[in-house]
Amino acid sequence: MPNITIDGKQVEFKSGQTVIQAAMNAGIDIPHFCYHPKLSISGNCRVCLVEIEKMPKLAIACSTLATEGMVVHTNSSKTLDARNAVMEFILINHPLDCPICDEAGECKLQDYAFAHSRGESRFEEIKNRKEKRVQLGPRIKFDAERCISCSRCIRFSDEIAKANQLTFTNRGDKVTITTFPGESFDNPYTLNTVDICPVGALTNNDFRFKSRVWEMSSTNSVCIGCSRGCNIEIWVRNNEILRLTPRQNEEVNSFWMCDNGRLNTFKFVNDESRIDGCYLRKDGQLVKSDWAETLEVTSKSLKEFKSNEIAFVASPFATLEDNFVLERFAKQINSNNIFSAKHILTGDQDDILIREDKTPNSFGLSILGIKNDISKLYDLIDNKNVKALFIMEEDLVGLNSEWEKVLTKLELIIVLATNKNGTTQFADIIFPAATYAEKHGTFVNFQGRVQRIRPAIATEELDRSLDGMNKSRWDKFGTKFDRWMQGKKYDAKPSWKIIALLDSYFNNKLKFKMAEEVFNEISKSNEALKNLDYDVIGDLGVTINSEVFQKV
Amino acid sequence: MATKKRLKDLTFLEKLYIPVILKGLVLTLKTMFKPKVTMEYPEVKFEPPASYRGRPVLVQEKNGVERCVACGLCSRVCPALAIEVQAAETELEKERYPEKFEINMLRCIFCGFCEEVCPEEAIVMSKDYELVFQDRDSAIFGKDKLLIPVEQLQDRIDFLRKFKK
Ligand code: SF4
Ligand code: SF4
Ligand code: SF4
Ligand code: SF4
Ligand code: FES
Repeated sequence: MPNITIDGKQVEFKSGQTVIQAAMNAGIDIPHFCYHPKLSISGNCRVCLVEIEKMPKLAIACSTLATEGMVVHTNSSKTLDARNAVMEFILINHPLDCPICDEAGECKLQDYAFAHSRGESRFEEIKNRKEKRVQLGPRIKFDAERCISCSRCIRFSDEIAKANQLTFTNRGDKVTITTFPGESFDNPYTLNTVDICPVGALTNNDFRFKSRVWEMSSTNSVCIGCSRGCNIEIWVRNNEILRLTPRQNEEVNSFWMCDNGRLNTFKFVNDESRIDGCYLRKDGQLVKSDWAETLEVTSKSLKEFKSNEIAFVASPFATLEDNFVLERFAKQINSNNIFSAKHILTGDQDDILIREDKTPNSFGLSILGIKNDISKLYDLIDNKNVKALFIMEEDLVGLNSEWEKVLTKLELIIVLATNKNGTTQFADIIFPAATYAEKHGTFVNFQGRVQRIRPAIATEELDRSLDGMNKSRWDKFGTKFDRWMQGKKYDAKPSWKIIALLDSYFNNKLKFKMAEEVFNEISKSNEALKNLDYDVIGDLGVTINSEVFQKV
Repeated sequence: MATKKRLKDLTFLEKLYIPVILKGLVLTLKTMFKPKVTMEYPEVKFEPPASYRGRPVLVQEKNGVERCVACGLCSRVCPALAIEVQAAETELEKERYPEKFEINMLRCIFCGFCEEVCPEEAIVMSKDYELVFQDRDSAIFGKDKLLIPVEQLQDRIDFLRKFKK
């Protein structure tokens, strides 16, 4: 491979790479605003200027191709002077908004102003004023004063979201971003521009002013919005989820996620409708009860039925671990009736990220051999072959209101659910299931990639320190007397754990204590997941081998 | 152990102790006729100088609006984690305001860092040193107790402008 020298260090590069890429691969960071590894080169911010020997002038590292024998200086006095000048120029009209700017704390301009600029302004004239609260499409507010005209948002819309909606208008210091006439900035991926905007010009309406970024903890997880399973970070303060952001994974979602996933897949976790504790139906009313009594009643009631009269509903929203333990439990009481439902939104799919299968784990269900033939179950209940139903994290009534008719025919309905829904109304027994943000587990996306989720929100049984959860500064030093530590913790457990507890009233063979143990058991018994464990899966997941993939 | 010899033995007069006692009595007598410096607190209150760091308070402008923009810097810098701020959007030009602003006076150590870091001169140390509460909850001061009209704080603000760069 050819070599270039950057700051006296020999660096290999592939032909076609630019200086900034070669430097990045070697761990040398050249300051940049407009350059983004997934977007075309625009070269307009000029902050990446570097000195290249034998070139008459400084060159921008983001668009200069690396060539054999090139000698680059990223910290020479000429480079520093140029960089300071560019920073000073960008800051001329930049408002002193950091105190009220959502980007503060994760702002490239702030960081570079600290690390790379002269620290003082020589500009004594009055700064340019522009509009500060422009509603750019339904989900984003744009602050024209903060924009540094890097054009990342425009290039993202054109090249990644494939929706030509944004453009620059005017020139010089009047330049600003706007939508084309008659257009609204409303493509399904708009909020990614908030992430890649190097400053705080674009803000997310939903998250705006909710929290300073340094007050939250962030936990690596996976989006549950569709079967793509975009890698995400869950941002939490005071045990409440405040935002989701995409996490880079080149095998799955690159740097991006869709707006629907970002906005609509976390609010149920801290919603009023959460089920907090167990419920039993007494005299027609659902009454709160404790775990011991509920488990006792559940086991007694189940034992009144013959095994083929009991049916189970698995769930593509639940983890591999949950579904595996459910399946084992069904087997142990000799029931073959295990079903699951599909959640397909026909046509809601594109060749970017969005998939029409709106569940995170339907592939996982097929690996476990659980079929998605829920209509069979409907007939079984309708013909009174099945009299007791055990539903795990599935809202049958929400799927199709027809189900109301047959649910009333059942003698016993046990539901494991995170939130109240159409189905829980019919339940005789309700167990509070932990949401995806409150447990360990694995999902398998449509490509067959096994990915981990981790608890970001503490339930009553979880302790941030003892259970190794990520902590914010508040979490680290808070006490129970501090109001900012008193966020609601729900009395909920992961579904696999509830079923394992129930099993102790039956055969007592599902003695799992941790999700990891369940996974190791799955990997022992399942060809597709052989040799995998939580450490191997890690943060970015593992794609199961293609032969198994074909079979499924 | 060898006995250590004194550097200087007491003289005869000193050994009598009487001159020293007289000296003390004279001092006491003199002081009796000087003006009093003690105060009969709480009937008489101490009025501290502008440099005094009493409890931190929020500056309320003449139009009734707080200066604070809920940037959270005071909360970040506070070594005792005493301050909790929740921002929200306002139609006013400042865009943000503190929907909730609470200082836990059991945590506060009166260091004045919050005042020093504030970009808006919105939180200042007052002259209020009378902090009494009977339970943990009433030690958490909300906006109702924190907002003080700017006129009452002018003293401190002038002091800050003089000494803060
Ligand atoms: S964009 Fe960055 S530098 Fe500009 S006001 Fe916001 S945080 Fe400060
Ligand atoms: S809004 Fe942000 S991303 Fe778009 S051009 Fe301005 S600074 Fe760049
Ligand atoms: S530092 Fe000042 S402006 Fe910022 S939150 Fe505290 S009091 Fe308000
Ligand atoms: S005076 Fe010091 S301890 Fe008290 S609130 Fe301000 S920063 Fe915190
Ligand atoms: S990063 Fe090279 S010009 Fe902007």
